[in-house]
Amino acid sequence: MTALLELEDVEARYGPIKALHGVSLSVDEGAVVAVLGANGAGKTTTLRAISNTVRRSGEIRFAGKPLGRRPAESVARLGIAHLPEGRGTFSELTVAENLRLGAYTRRGALKADTERVFAYFPWLAERRHQQAGTLSGGEQQMLALARGFMQRPRLLLLDEPSLGLAPVLVTEIFRIIRELNESEGMTVLVVEQNAHLALQVASTAYVLEVGKVALSGPSEELQSHESVRRSYLGY
Amino acid sequence: MTRPPLSALVAGAIAAAVIALLPFAISDYHQALFAQVAVFFIAILGLNILVGYSGQISIGHGAFMAIGGYTTAILSRDHHTNLVLTMLVAFVLCFVCGLLLGLPALRLSGVYLALATFALAVSVPQLPLKFDKFLGGSGGVQSAKTVSHTWLYGVSWLTAAILFVLGWLILRGRVGRAFRAVRDSEVAAVSSGIQLPIYKTLAFGISAAYAGVAGSLFVLGTNGFAQPNEFQVILSLQILVGAAVAGLGSLWGILVGAAFVGLLPTISKDVPVVGSAHGQDVVFGLLVVLVMLLLPQGFAGFLGAVKRFRTRPDTP
Amino acid sequence: MAARLLSGVARPVNGLLLAAAIFLLIGSLKSEIFAQQTVAGVAQGAVYGSLALALVLIYRATEVINFAQGELAMATTYIAYQLIQWGVSYWLAFFLTLAIAFVIGFGTQVLVIRPVMHKSVIAVVIVTVGLFVLIDGLVLWKWGGDLKFMPAPFGQTVYHWGGVAISRQDIGTILLSIVTVVLLWALFQFTKVGLGMRAAALRPAAARLVGVRVDWMLAIGWGLAALLGAVAGLMTEANQFILQPSLMQAVLLYAFAAAVLGGLESPAGAVVGGVLLGIFLNLIGQYVHFITAPLRLPFAFAVLLAVLLVKPSGLFGERRVRKV
Repeated sequence: MTALLELEDVEARYGPIKALHGVSLSVDEGAVVAVLGANGAGKTTTLRAISNTVRRSGEIRFAGKPLGRRPAESVARLGIAHLPEGRGTFSELTVAENLRLGAYTRRGALKADTERVFAYFPWLAERRHQQAGTLSGGEQQMLALARGFMQRPRLLLLDEPSLGLAPVLVTEIFRIIRELNESEGMTVLVVEQNAHLALQVASTAYVLEVGKVALSGPSEELQSHESVRRSYLGY
Repeated sequence: MTRPPLSALVAGAIAAAVIALLPFAISDYHQALFAQVAVFFIAILGLNILVGYSGQISIGHGAFMAIGGYTTAILSRDHHTNLVLTMLVAFVLCFVCGLLLGLPALRLSGVYLALATFALAVSVPQLPLKFDKFLGGSGGVQSAKTVSHTWLYGVSWLTAAILFVLGWLILRGRVGRAFRAVRDSEVAAVSSGIQLPIYKTLAFGISAAYAGVAGSLFVLGTNGFAQPNEFQVILSLQILVGAAVAGLGSLWGILVGAAFVGLLPTISKDVPVVGSAHGQDVVFGLLVVLVMLLLPQGFAGFLGAVKRFRTRPDTP
Repeated sequence: MAARLLSGVARPVNGLLLAAAIFLLIGSLKSEIFAQQTVAGVAQGAVYGSLALALVLIYRATEVINFAQGELAMATTYIAYQLIQWGVSYWLAFFLTLAIAFVIGFGTQVLVIRPVMHKSVIAVVIVTVGLFVLIDGLVLWKWGGDLKFMPAPFGQTVYHWGGVAISRQDIGTILLSIVTVVLLWALFQFTKVGLGMRAAALRPAAARLVGVRVDWMLAIGWGLAALLGAVAGLMTEANQFILQPSLMQAVLLYAFAAAVLGGLESPAGAVVGGVLLGIFLNLIGQYVHFITAPLRLPFAFAVLLAVLLVKPSGLFGERRVRKV
């Protein structure tokens, strides 16, 4: 299996503050990889480094080719969909318009895709013309996923999909993520605080600590070592 | 502003000496020209106090110049008042007008304040057209007495010096500290007991007063003739740009800003191709655009000082 | 669509608009002069609204107040004049001018505004002030300050309808404005580019993440604003019969007042605000004898100030919570 995404010694800063001190990781095509760690460890920053929404240095290769200095919109056009913390919903626009925006870079008929989206999220169809900002937090998260799906990305970057959601919804979200990966073949890189849940979906995981990779490996391994679980994963 | 360093005092003394001796070296025409620079010096100084020290913006100071200028012309025309006295009246009158504008301005900021003051700048020149009996209509108002260019030069720069020192005194005292506190953080200022409305309104009053005196001198510089055409919007824009060029409060900055705005029209008269009367606008506009494009940090601290220009929070 | 528009507006504002509409209707039925002034006011208001819309478009996208919008509109009107002098027919010149205006607006954003935008918003405002002066100077240099004349686009006919005199020019202005606004609305509502522009204006960061080329969207926005300005300029010239450099200075102020009245971020507000302002300026000019021609501008200023003090977010705007 080839690596779809490779990060090599990536550093990132917010102004004078350095958030990543050389992160290296790789994501195989078709896999689900989790990035775990405590608050402030640099998980969100890692995703931002990939989509180039933060100042970064080091090498990032997508499908073998370096991303270079492409602006964020160009990274998106390459087939990397970044669903940010805070969901990135266009609250002032309708649900349908949000979905259309998801498909912004796509050419051709979207009917089939729209139908698939509504198959995954049936309740979205009824709320088509509703202003996206009036949806609940959980619904907005689902909308974000739906929007991401419409992008038909090769790589989906998910930032804390479980944040602020009720447990029932969280399970649902992860179920959908797994389905998207298995049925649609979408490669997923998911950042999560909820390590337990993330490890059930991901095949590999990286644990970040203070902007560096502290630990990495297959999920079963990480889950099976109790000391690892206690120190790094919090359970 | 604490005690200025020795180098600044020396520099200031040199500047003063140059300005004092200049008229002996230049022609009458040039004296009038440099007197105009003094006019802008005073107006820009006033605007700097408003923007740099209280963080409020105004694109309408030309209106206060108009009020000051007309005050001088009308008092002279109707009562033959001593010209320097009219300047004093203009100062006081415009101070009051500034206070009056400062009150509604309390509720506005950033873009909205800019718009409101811009509207003021466009509206005020219209008033003489309506109240033409008193304000002379489009024909303008002629003062009873005119002055020589040398007189104008001397009085203008003397006034500029006085007002500069006055400004310095105000700003290093309690008022100045309050201003700076307001500019840096209104919330903190309020928490430390500074009564915001008073100081913000005061800032408007002071800067308007300065513009008023500048207006008086301006009218005296045009043969004592005040007319609406002289006080169109573009005047307010010139003061704003001059203040932006000047940066915040340094004597040299304000001199440069004043020279830029005051001398540019004449210098650009000799611009090839464009030349003549309209060259000044082209060159002025072009320079403003180019300076903004090329100067790495814009104009000193001027831009950063204007408060709450963004109405939206900076969210991704 | 209209329902969605109005549902977003507060009840009192809806009531106010309705009351105003009823007032105008009754007045028009009772007095011919009232009706005339109302119609003429709608035509002038359409022009203010067009320029106000241009201002709002740019403000929404970039938080910039483009002080040069009026001068740009004036300059493009002079370009139309020049085309006509060279023998081009009026309507061909009209559409060519719109295209040229778009290019100029687009180009200005790319060349002059974009490099400065990263510094600060007020830096851009000062640049637009510089552009104001620059354009003014360029027009004066190229064409001089004397009055010019352009052919009347809709002819000089005046219709008489039940005692009310309505000029063809006014009708033409109103129709043209309606068409322009509707076309623009359709662009934003139904096309991909329009959606991209809206997304770029609302949430540029999120828009980038879905692949919207935000910078180009902003440039297109400026182009469209310039195009709107050109329409406003051409219609103003047609209304005033003469062309001179100060053509749009007053209109700019009215447009500011209209934009603020409608709410700086609301396109619908800009148009409605413009029309309302046009109508009421006319009516007040007619019936309140103190307010003669020179006082129109100060009056508009008073309106602007009043709105800013009472409800800064305007008729259609949302109340923004001031972050302390």
